[in-house]
Amino acid sequence: MIFFWAFVVGGAICLCGQLCYDVLRLSPAHTMTLLVVTGALVDGIIIDGTSMYDRLIAFAGAGASVPITSFGSALVHGALSELNTHGAIGVLTGIFEVTSAGISAALIFSLCAALLVKPKA
Amino acid sequence: MSNKKTKNLTPIQQQYTALAASREPKRSVVKNCLRAFVSGGLICLLGEAIRQALIAWGGFTAKTAGDPTVAILIALAVVLTAAGVYDKIGQWAGAGSAVPVTGFANSLASAAIEHRSEGIVLGVGGQMFRIAGPVIVFGTAAAFAVGIIHLIVRALLGGAP
Amino acid sequence: MTVRRTGHQTFIFDQHPIVRSVATVVGPMEGAGPLARDFDIVHADMMLTEKSWEKAERKMLEEACTLAIENAELQKESVDFFIAGDLMNQLTSASFVAEKLAIPHIGVFGACSTSMASLALGALYIGSGVAQHVLTATCSHNATAEKQFRYPTEYGAQKPPTAQHTVTGAGAAVLSNIGDGEGDAITIAAATIGRVIDMGITDPMNMGAAMAPAAVDTITAHLRDMRCNADAYDIIVTGDLAAVGHELACTLLHRHGIHDAAARLVDCGLLIFDRTAQEVQAGGSGCGCSAVVTFGHLFKRMLRGEWQRMLVVATGALLSPLTFQQGETIPSVAHAVAFCRTTRVQQGGET
Repeated sequence: MIFFWAFVVGGAICLCGQLCYDVLRLSPAHTMTLLVVTGALVDGIIIDGTSMYDRLIAFAGAGASVPITSFGSALVHGALSELNTHGAIGVLTGIFEVTSAGISAALIFSLCAALLVKPKA
Repeated sequence: MSNKKTKNLTPIQQQYTALAASREPKRSVVKNCLRAFVSGGLICLLGEAIRQALIAWGGFTAKTAGDPTVAILIALAVVLTAAGVYDKIGQWAGAGSAVPVTGFANSLASAAIEHRSEGIVLGVGGQMFRIAGPVIVFGTAAAFAVGIIHLIVRALLGGAP
Repeated sequence: MTVRRTGHQTFIFDQHPIVRSVATVVGPMEGAGPLARDFDIVHADMMLTEKSWEKAERKMLEEACTLAIENAELQKESVDFFIAGDLMNQLTSASFVAEKLAIPHIGVFGACSTSMASLALGALYIGSGVAQHVLTATCSHNATAEKQFRYPTEYGAQKPPTAQHTVTGAGAAVLSNIGDGEGDAITIAAATIGRVIDMGITDPMNMGAAMAPAAVDTITAHLRDMRCNADAYDIIVTGDLAAVGHELACTLLHRHGIHDAAARLVDCGLLIFDRTAQEVQAGGSGCGCSAVVTFGHLFKRMLRGEWQRMLVVATGALLSPLTFQQGETIPSVAHAVAFCRTTRVQQGGET
């Protein structure tokens, strides 16, 4: 069942992105920024100790954790968990705590690609 | 586009922009949305499959499987970008291939590969975040804002920090 | 003096400068299009075995220039001036090629209208008597334009149906005051320098709509200055309005009551690609578009006798990534050159 919801929820988030392109006429950069900020705000809503985005991930698995919205949510996660453990300064130190894997991987792999291949057009 | 912009236009310009808007070929929004839904859904489905596989055979737990899943998807996207395929997928899939984390990786890899000709430091290093930069900047800013709000709310409620 | 001004924006050549030779070089997409057989060199590799897109564009321009001089049966030392432009910042392609050719050079920027802007200026040099042979050239490359104006080539952004595909191509022409013998030749009868028109379009993915009013303004000005009707021309060609801009230009011409201009209007951006089979959205664009289609395809059809008189109106959208990010509207310009098919008899004088 989680496969089904991963497909549906992931697809639906991408559909929202497409609507930003075609209806709101936003550029890709604006669209992604909007989605990331949305993800961050949704994650900031915590009910009964679990954030709304976590509930979505528990429900849809990769359908919620693969779209760029989860990047925003992960940034907030890092900030809030360090806020809990280290106090106010945690908001700054914790932001990249959770997302570091994604950014580092994309950065390192891209660097390798740039050294190895030429653009194809 | 916005009302503020049209206010600065002369009547003749407004007339023409209205004519141009009426003659603009309609974007097939329904078709594009369908494609975005299916392709985005499939990428997430693939992500879920990788995650489940890592949990079943890789010795990861539901909590720890997230990072390697993302890393594998990113590696896949960078390989497709380097092979010159991801931009073709992007034209078909639209937001479907841009919104998942693979699109983030594509924006980094494409900029890095494209600007290699300007040198490793200034080209690759300097331009890599040309498109992905705003996502990180405003994601971070939003996370900071949410963190501060939580801090204030907790202080007001008088609970533990 | 064989050149004089008529009206506000037009100059007429009493003795027509001759298009002595042309050369066209294109990339793989254009080579797969309907006009493939009309181009002199078709490259299968976008990179032309060079190290960067920018070098590839430069090489195309150099090939076109060298070939045009060769076709004119001239040495580059006997070419008096080299007038060229492209889409790159600071006209790097034209400047770097000019350095190699070592012909006195002036760079012109008119975005995609550069092909006719440089031709009009070249003809003026000939007509005023300061030059005997002038080389004019322009080029564009899909990948360099994407990189400079839009996104990295491998980035998976979706293009809307109004977007245009920048042509990978270079076109060069040698203008002379004397031809290289008898027979039919293309000559330049008149040229109209366009005004910059801004009708308030802001979408850089819809340049056809931004440029259509400029094309119509220049066509109207040309007909007014020349005191002639559109039926003085067998065909009127716009540079790179593509599907969206072409339809708008026809609508505007009808509204101005110039129905016979709309009836004989064709567009280089629509001719160069097969839009049903090739993924080019609205059609072609770029400096190279009007240059390779005019020099490679349309001149051949004129010489075959299909048309006697042709007006080419090259259109350019004068935007930069900076101006559209700052929310500016897109100013556009169009320059027109009137070509004649002339049957020459022996003209005397040395060649």
